[in-house]
Amino acid sequence: MAKEYSYYPGCSSQKGASGSNLQKSLDSVLDTLDIKLNDIPDWNCCSASIGYSGGGELPRIALSARNIALSEKNNPGQEIVASCAACWLATRETKERIEGSEEIREGTEAALKEAHLEISKEMPKVRHMTEVLIEDIGFEAMKEKVVKPLEGIKIAGYVGCQTNRPFGIDGESFENPMYLDKMVEAMGADSIPTYEKKVACCGGALAFSEPQKSQALVKGIIESAYDNGADMIVTPCPVCQMNVEIYQDQINATYGTKFHIPVTYYSTLMAVAYGKSAKEAALDGQVIRAKQLEDIANK
Amino acid sequence: MSNLNNQMVNKYRNDFLKEVEANVEEGDWVKMCMQCGVCAGSCPMGPYWDHPPQEIFMMIRAGKREEVLSSTSMWMCTSCYNCIARCPRELPITHIMHGLAHYGKRLGIAPKNQPTLKFSQKFWDNLMTNGRVNELKLGIALYFIDGFVQGIKNALAASGIGLGMFKAKRLDPMEILGGHSVKDKSGLKAMIKKAQEIEEARISGNQ
Repeated sequence: MAKEYSYYPGCSSQKGASGSNLQKSLDSVLDTLDIKLNDIPDWNCCSASIGYSGGGELPRIALSARNIALSEKNNPGQEIVASCAACWLATRETKERIEGSEEIREGTEAALKEAHLEISKEMPKVRHMTEVLIEDIGFEAMKEKVVKPLEGIKIAGYVGCQTNRPFGIDGESFENPMYLDKMVEAMGADSIPTYEKKVACCGGALAFSEPQKSQALVKGIIESAYDNGADMIVTPCPVCQMNVEIYQDQINATYGTKFHIPVTYYSTLMAVAYGKSAKEAALDGQVIRAKQLEDIANK
Repeated sequence: MSNLNNQMVNKYRNDFLKEVEANVEEGDWVKMCMQCGVCAGSCPMGPYWDHPPQEIFMMIRAGKREEVLSSTSMWMCTSCYNCIARCPRELPITHIMHGLAHYGKRLGIAPKNQPTLKFSQKFWDNLMTNGRVNELKLGIALYFIDGFVQGIKNALAASGIGLGMFKAKRLDPMEILGGHSVKDKSGLKAMIKKAQEIEEARISGNQ
């Protein structure tokens, strides 16, 4: 029987949105892994980590609490799972903040009441999709499903920030987490466990507001991948993916570099390795095409 | 200077630490800082800010109210959480930075024209419209953040990126017509209004 979870897809996952390729590729491997994701009906934005100018603490907590309440109501007994780092972080932080303060719980409950919703004493656990893959499926089982190993591709595993800090994956270090490298290896590709920029920051939302500062960080992330002989970069985070992929032309123009390296999701790798089509793997969602993966998918 | 700001100045006088503890998100942690500077060395914005977190914390204790709340430093936070992960005293530094930034804005003494402040506000306004972020409208709002002429220049400069995203089906021009939305918009807005009222009452109750 399929493992079921209450799923918080998040804004970037929607049709025509910046992380829709993460969602598409992930959807394509769920059957293979015997996972069923039940969307939280009418979920809202978590305000990520950047809504704090207009949103005070309690309004921001209320946003994520509404998603938790909707999950409890519609998907009772199921753990909440998010694939977006910011969605996961905001929801898990909210749960902890409510659990840690009676005053915040009371305020949140009063706000939720206006939307005719409530949270229970014991809110469901909030997990990241990679936690589900690692802890509930396991590297061995992930590997067993591979029909087209990604042989000969060297991949820099860029974990980034919010998938890794402050919660991260149980048993992994903040400074050098290994799980993404293990996932890369499980798909038959070559990992770079010593990739120096594995947990460096891409600038997050500053890519929009202060692009020069963000692009200086992204430059280092890409440079280090090339220095390590990477053919491509893989990441779990929609913001990391976008920031590292789509500004390469601008970075080249600023710094005189010649960057042109594909940046995909772990789920892209899995989809290709599991024999899904290029379209199912959302390879058409690459701004910088991942030709090596296309070749394997079209084989 | 806003009325609320004046009221707070009068209430707390020279005890800025007390004001922060009472009114800033996670502000009661500030006194725990032992000035080791690991946060400063861990921050990706190191080359840019005037004050690293541990300096902000010491300035709070020293009563440098105006300098702290009108600083651009907190607004440079990328929310990478490196400072939180490494702080030996386990201060939630990222959240305190967000909290200080928000509090300065609430009092009307946040820095003018700080780009991330403006973007952060646009982001909040954008998500509040439909309950979900409209990436197209957010992008357009961002280009025009410094006025119309600069907006056209910005949009043209970024058109290659937009085109790439459009071709990859990751940017939808139809979002201009309204875009994705929650169904229960009125419930969501009533909930946020209530949360804002509770928070405002708490802060003004602290006056």
